[in-house]
Amino acid sequence: MNLFGNLTLSAFPHDPIIFGATILMSIVVIAVLSILTVKHRWTWLWKNWITTVDHKRIGIMYLILAFVMMVRGFIDAAMMRGQLAVSAGSAHGFLPPDHYDQVFTAHGVIMIFFVAMPLMFGLINLATPLLIGSRDVAFPFVNSLSLWLAVSGALLLNLSLSIGEFARTGWLAYPPLSELVYSPGVGVDYYIWCIQIAGVGSLLSGINFLVTILRMRAPGMTLMRMPVFVWTTLSAMSLVVIVFPILTVTLALLFLDRFYGMHFFSADFGGNPMMYINLIWSWGHPEVYILILPAFGIFSEVVPVFSRKQLFGYTTMIWATVAITFFSFIVWVHHFFTMGADANVNAFFGIATMIIAIPTGVKIFNWLFTMYRGRITFTTPMLWTMGFISTFTFGGMTGVLMAIPAADFQLHNSLFLIAHFHNTIIGGVIFGYFAGLAYWFPKFFGFKLNEKYGTYAFWCWVIGFFVAFLPIYIVGLMGMTRRLSHYDITTGWQPFLIIAAIGVCIIALGGVFQGIQLYVSFRDRKHNKDLTGDPWDGRTLEWSTSSPPPFYNFAHIPTVHGRHAFWDMKYGEAHMRPQHSSYEDIVMPKNTPLGFIIAAFALVFGFAIVWHITWLCAVALIGIIASVMVRSFDQETEYVVSAETVALIESRRHKTI
Amino acid sequence: MKFALKALALLIFAVGFCGILYYFTLGHSLGILQPNGVIALQERSLIIISVVLMLLVVVPVVGLSYVIAWRYRAENTSAKYSPEWSHSVLLETVWWMIPIFIICLLAAITWVSSKELDPYRQIIDENPTMTIEVVALNWKWLFIYPKEGIATLNFVEFPKDTPVRFVITADAPMNSFWIPRLGGQIYAMPGMQTQLNLSADTIGDYRGSSANFSGNGFSDMTFVARAVSSEDYATWVTAVQNSDNSLTSSTYEALVKPSESEKIHFYSQVPSGLYDTIIMKYMMPSTQMNGMDMNMTSADMRGI
Repeated sequence: MNLFGNLTLSAFPHDPIIFGATILMSIVVIAVLSILTVKHRWTWLWKNWITTVDHKRIGIMYLILAFVMMVRGFIDAAMMRGQLAVSAGSAHGFLPPDHYDQVFTAHGVIMIFFVAMPLMFGLINLATPLLIGSRDVAFPFVNSLSLWLAVSGALLLNLSLSIGEFARTGWLAYPPLSELVYSPGVGVDYYIWCIQIAGVGSLLSGINFLVTILRMRAPGMTLMRMPVFVWTTLSAMSLVVIVFPILTVTLALLFLDRFYGMHFFSADFGGNPMMYINLIWSWGHPEVYILILPAFGIFSEVVPVFSRKQLFGYTTMIWATVAITFFSFIVWVHHFFTMGADANVNAFFGIATMIIAIPTGVKIFNWLFTMYRGRITFTTPMLWTMGFISTFTFGGMTGVLMAIPAADFQLHNSLFLIAHFHNTIIGGVIFGYFAGLAYWFPKFFGFKLNEKYGTYAFWCWVIGFFVAFLPIYIVGLMGMTRRLSHYDITTGWQPFLIIAAIGVCIIALGGVFQGIQLYVSFRDRKHNKDLTGDPWDGRTLEWSTSSPPPFYNFAHIPTVHGRHAFWDMKYGEAHMRPQHSSYEDIVMPKNTPLGFIIAAFALVFGFAIVWHITWLCAVALIGIIASVMVRSFDQETEYVVSAETVALIESRRHKTI
Repeated sequence: MKFALKALALLIFAVGFCGILYYFTLGHSLGILQPNGVIALQERSLIIISVVLMLLVVVPVVGLSYVIAWRYRAENTSAKYSPEWSHSVLLETVWWMIPIFIICLLAAITWVSSKELDPYRQIIDENPTMTIEVVALNWKWLFIYPKEGIATLNFVEFPKDTPVRFVITADAPMNSFWIPRLGGQIYAMPGMQTQLNLSADTIGDYRGSSANFSGNGFSDMTFVARAVSSEDYATWVTAVQNSDNSLTSSTYEALVKPSESEKIHFYSQVPSGLYDTIIMKYMMPSTQMNGMDMNMTSADMRGI
């Protein structure tokens, strides 16, 4: 038995770009570790963050993960745009196909699994328990485990940069290209395991929030009194629970093909690659709704607050959400109309896809009529919302266009498609999450974000988006396909690709402004402090507690009498205002390192199985099982916060107001 | 005033930007917007009609969002303010009906066009349909003319105004066969056969490529689709038939091996049934290759 499996020295980088990236990553890691050591912060890190089960801290860590990975995903994007801007004719750019193919695969995987998903789970973690008047999620330990599994997945992906290679197959790794015959390296194995590990985390989170929303709502908060964000989260989490197992099984079958020579998806010996494509998209299509639905929820929270008006058409909004959730399951074939299915099949899935535009359109009208006869203030969350309406509607339109099979034959796999989904994901998901971040930031950090730099960032993102993606739409129409690393100069695509690269620079400038915004806001935090806990004159329960909230969220669990729980408390009838004279003991979950430990074993397992290091796989698996057993025999997972402690914390807060 | 200036600057930028984009399209192939065949022409009309239909809703909605945002800005205290107004059966019915109406129209268009522009549907024309067999290889395109007994690499020629039925497979990972100016694409999959019916109405060379990523040499996996007059086509076929470069099974085995940026090649003789053999080799363990029933493959895979 070989001690290192298939791992040899040749797995370490030779390419100067990758070598540079490895050195850079190592420097960052060493710097962070040294700072922690010099400042004696290890105990602090362990006690307050690594072992925490507090949904707010877990949410913040998800956001940090998302932003770290966004930097890498964005560098990948910039490399691709840079490559295509210069690789016309005999010039083949600075990235050989070997490397370029890994870059676009990594970009897709990172942006979906390790940026959009952690951003979403981060915001859901931060906001949902507070919005429903709960002290924590249903399964706090599982929540910590989910986070660390996502981190392990991300680490495994980053390891592939330095040790071995990443997949060169495109972000969904279609077989037979991803089979051993055509992809003999470890790239696809890294791909499979980084997604599997993070995917288990996502599934656990899905279950966790589904149960949290269904079982942990404050008394009086019926389903039809839940804030819209909670509804969209509920819908998204139902989708997670239903579709993530499909992803896990599909990738497990691909793993069996690659490791044990089976033939689920191989082209020969009875395998069927078309089955993989069907399966992966029956996860993949609902996935985009998993991402966009919470963003829709954020807009539904932001618009009423900054229009100082009730949300228009609450019931309609809920039904529209439910309709989108349902229809997202029956449209997956629109990702491969070009596979040669019968015209009736294609037409069915095309029409089903278009139907989704109906509830989505209704939502847009509802937001517009929430603003109608309101008093709108254009803070950054509202700006992102306006930016969303202006970009997302066009992205939706090109989406409906591609839902027509006969049109899709001409648009599929072209850069038009790329422009379309960036139009919906940047204009919808990213703008939505940025709106949510700006909106909830003061709640979790105790001070507001700087508006000036936020506005600059907004304009850079919006303008940069159009400068980058309008040319991409056009080259798509001109016949340029996705994933090309170079092209013929006579095609006339180069000027457009240069403009697109300029657009990416403008977006990068937006990112720089967001960095400055964060720095300036932190520097001036004394001036823009949020003492009241209610900086925007909010309507929902999260604004009824302090900013940042105490670890138990609410000293008294609120009782809800209507859709605008906190608004009613502030401005409503006397009987709605809570009167409390004393505090009670609060039961809270204990911190535990086991989530972190299990995820660490999962990372070791992932690495070992990628490199076929059998003994290490066994050790890691035993470690995982043993840790789970230790946890399941632990009877004392909760502790009591005494009423006196609560009183002390609350009185300290009241003194500052 | 300051706001108006900013808005004006943004507008000028937007118009100028679109102007620049337009300028760069001049003198270049506009791909799917510049069709040279009946299929591409219909697909373009379909795209334009659908976009116009949707813009009829999208543009007013986006415009309305700016109007509302401007009119009901907090500074404008003269605008009506109804903070509690949050429900109207009439209004909500109206905006369920608007998208429903447009989507019904588009659904009808979709239903009809899916059938009319089904890539498997033969093009009705006074000229008889010719068949060309297409094999996507790593990383090049092999075209086999079964009737003429010739084959070409990274080049396909056919007479204009003649419906061409491409039957497509792959002896490589999945690719997608696409000639934008003649019509939409379809996947080329190993062990499977798909079909694409196209025709060209103008003499010319059209860019063809693989639209589905298939590995390292994918970027150079392009080919020339040449539409010529029927006389020129006949001359060309004879010339190729008389050349001495034949496609034997050993030449084919060499072609299957991965290679990039292959030049155009012509082959005078093609072993009969080569295309079917290529498909069938994925259907069973390779040891049984020789005893198989060739007739099985002549049936269209689809629908079985």
